[in-house]
Amino acid sequence: MSATLAGMPPKDDATAVRLGRRRDRTDKVMTGLAIVSTVLGLVFLVSILFTLFWRGLQAMGPTVFTEVTKPPGSGGGLLNAIVGSIIQVGIGTVIGTPVGILVGTYLAEYSRGSRLGEAVRFVSDVLLSAPSILIGLFVYQLLVLPFGGFSGIAGAAALAIIIIPIVVRTTEDMLQLIPNTLREAVMGLGSPKWKMITLICYRSVMSGLITGVLLGIARIAGETAPLLFTSLGNLTWSVNLSQAMSSLPLTIYAYAGSPYEDWVSLAWTGALIITVSVLLLNIIARVVLRKS
Amino acid sequence: MQQAATTLRPPASGTATRLRGGSGGDVVFEWMCRVAGVFVLILLGAIIIELFIGALPAFRQFGLAFVWTELWDPVADQYGALVPIYGTVVTAVLAIILAVPVAFGIAFFLTELAPDWLRRPVGTAVELLAAVPSIIYGMWGFFVIVPVMAQVVQPAVIDTLGELPLIGFLFAGPPFGTGILTAALILAIMIIPVVAATMRDVFSTVPPVFKESAYGLGATRWEVMWNIVLPYTSKSVVGGIMLGLGRALGETLAVTFVIGNANRVTTTLFGPGNTIASLVALEFGEAGAGSLKLSALLALGFILFVLSFIVLAISRLLLRPSAKGASA
Repeated sequence: MSATLAGMPPKDDATAVRLGRRRDRTDKVMTGLAIVSTVLGLVFLVSILFTLFWRGLQAMGPTVFTEVTKPPGSGGGLLNAIVGSIIQVGIGTVIGTPVGILVGTYLAEYSRGSRLGEAVRFVSDVLLSAPSILIGLFVYQLLVLPFGGFSGIAGAAALAIIIIPIVVRTTEDMLQLIPNTLREAVMGLGSPKWKMITLICYRSVMSGLITGVLLGIARIAGETAPLLFTSLGNLTWSVNLSQAMSSLPLTIYAYAGSPYEDWVSLAWTGALIITVSVLLLNIIARVVLRKS
Repeated sequence: MQQAATTLRPPASGTATRLRGGSGGDVVFEWMCRVAGVFVLILLGAIIIELFIGALPAFRQFGLAFVWTELWDPVADQYGALVPIYGTVVTAVLAIILAVPVAFGIAFFLTELAPDWLRRPVGTAVELLAAVPSIIYGMWGFFVIVPVMAQVVQPAVIDTLGELPLIGFLFAGPPFGTGILTAALILAIMIIPVVAATMRDVFSTVPPVFKESAYGLGATRWEVMWNIVLPYTSKSVVGGIMLGLGRALGETLAVTFVIGNANRVTTTLFGPGNTIASLVALEFGEAGAGSLKLSALLALGFILFVLSFIVLAISRLLLRPSAKGASA
């Protein structure tokens, strides 16, 4: 293959034609394989969505959103799981977002070139891809064992830790996009740096910051492993943050592995709800960014 | 000058002194940002320390031999990490082998082949595939892929590759549908979008003039990809693959559903196994506070942390410098 670019010129016309044909054939084969790969990727996505809708719609109905989880054979819905998810994801987001934005601001506006900045950026990027199950074990050691039990607040704390590096990354990336001339213009007018950042920089990349938070919410809403060790799951109604709390992913996990038909059905419905929400959040995040 | 300041100032604020008089605020805000940055460092340190403290009783009891002991026997309170470490490494490496060619094909398609109108929708679809929660992959794998593996793929492979002399043992055993290979397959499907998106991003950093020069000499699209784009971005591409590997190592729920959960080392790829993450998720519920078992599980977590930290650190180091150099 590489002979074509760097190799000697062909000796006669026949060789040149053969070489040309071979290059053409390689190109066609590789193009074909690339298209097959792409189609394969799309088939996976379509298959997942199709399975979710096909099996998830079977148990879908108003009771899913109005009734709590019940023993097998007696109906019930997913209300406590949905509410539990919203509470924990909400608290996790409210705690994690400001921290993430401050860290991202530090990296983009204050740390330029410093060792500490390099270290923070590196660690944050590692945390971004670190196995979420380890965050769960960490919070278990930190908040569950010493305080004598699984709790919704521990679940929210684990989700907060997971959302921080996501927000850090988008915040830094967005702030880097601001031209320095804008900063110089604001500073030149005598504004203190913190007002320059909060009133001008944040405002000019607001849609990017919102995108980061939305992507973060989408990510933590589907997290299961960290909640397993922190909020444990709860099959009854509970909004008490100091007690074990239900959530959609944990209920799906418990129900999907159960031998009861109606529980497995409900697990699919929960899976459909969570996936549609997560994908919608992702799409909204992209629309917000594109509009800006 | 005065004019400009007035227009920039928010309507509510008063005189120019108010805009200027914020040196106290400057110090406070800078320290808030710096403290938040240091907090991230402390967070990582705290995760290592907490996991290590929890793992200490197990490490004391079993010593370093914990890492290469095969036995995992909760009844006798004897624990070793060999089986889950083996399962973690084998599934992750297999997943990478399966995922990288497909991811490369997708990235090639998105950067060089696709017509403009197709790039955005296909790119978005790939990104959406990456956003699907891992538990969904687990359920889908268990209810859709496992039956296909059990009824179609595995019997066919056992009858063909399983008969071969040297590699036959890899494909021996009954076709349960679950097992190491199925877990690797699900992991591969999960990391394809991650690796593909990274590759696409680094491929698009290649200066167009390089590609145009090659096209001008009569190179085909494949030749441009293989001889120009890939050599130029090879470092970042390896970084992207390592990122996928890091993901595959720590994946929990997707694997738990399909790996078959058995605590022994099997040489056949159709055999059941366990990964660190799946074992911890499964057995955590039966490990009481303060028990040796809990400590052994935390020790597994510690080992997983070390493994994935090394992989992710290498990935970041490879992705960073070339990305910086290429952005110019």
